[in-house]
Amino acid sequence: MVVRLQQAAFDFGAEANTFAAGRRDAGAIVTFTGITRDLNRGGLDRMEIEHYPGMTERALQAIESEARARWALADCLIIHRFGTMAPGDPIMMVATAARHRAEAFAAAEFLMDYLKSRAPFWKKEVTATGESWVESQDTDEAALKRW
Amino acid sequence: MIDVLYFAWVRERIGLPKERVETDAATVADLVEELKAREERYAAAFADLSSLRVAVDQDLTEFDAPLDGAREVAFFPPMTGG
Repeated sequence: MVVRLQQAAFDFGAEANTFAAGRRDAGAIVTFTGITRDLNRGGLDRMEIEHYPGMTERALQAIESEARARWALADCLIIHRFGTMAPGDPIMMVATAARHRAEAFAAAEFLMDYLKSRAPFWKKEVTATGESWVESQDTDEAALKRW
Repeated sequence: MIDVLYFAWVRERIGLPKERVETDAATVADLVEELKAREERYAAAFADLSSLRVAVDQDLTEFDAPLDGAREVAFFPPMTGG
């Protein structure tokens, strides 16, 4: 059960291998990695992610605890970055390990839905022509209602 | 005294990340009214509360939440993590 908030980039392949290493108690491991995307067709210079030191750590811990309370997870990992990301850089990842795939998938989706709109991060896209804050979507909030 | 924090475009619009505020406001909404009365940049930032979220002592809450004993209030747009 690990929650990491960090500025540094991470290697999601290495993280997934570490998460899976030596595990015999889970038949299913699900991982999700969020990547800095360039929807401006090459125009994105960078993405800046602001966070709320203190509250962000608390929110990540609370979301992880809630996932473990709802599903019988053998293990759970959340990594989320802040600071400056280049296009293609990993932003965050979650991994869940459970006896069966249904729990592992559901818990990973739950973690993603909550990280999206209940963890205090704000993304700003910077292009050659200016910068703009990424706006939340109504679908993000709606996604929470299914849990 | 209460620490008031601003994030993302709220921070940019008001022009600072954090300030200490002397207030007797009973609720978050009362504090917002006090801030709006200060200067135009505050009034602009708080013009549409439906586009803002608030945390009191690092817990998400509503604008009608009481402030008694609170040490820290933060205002920010809806979060865009993940």
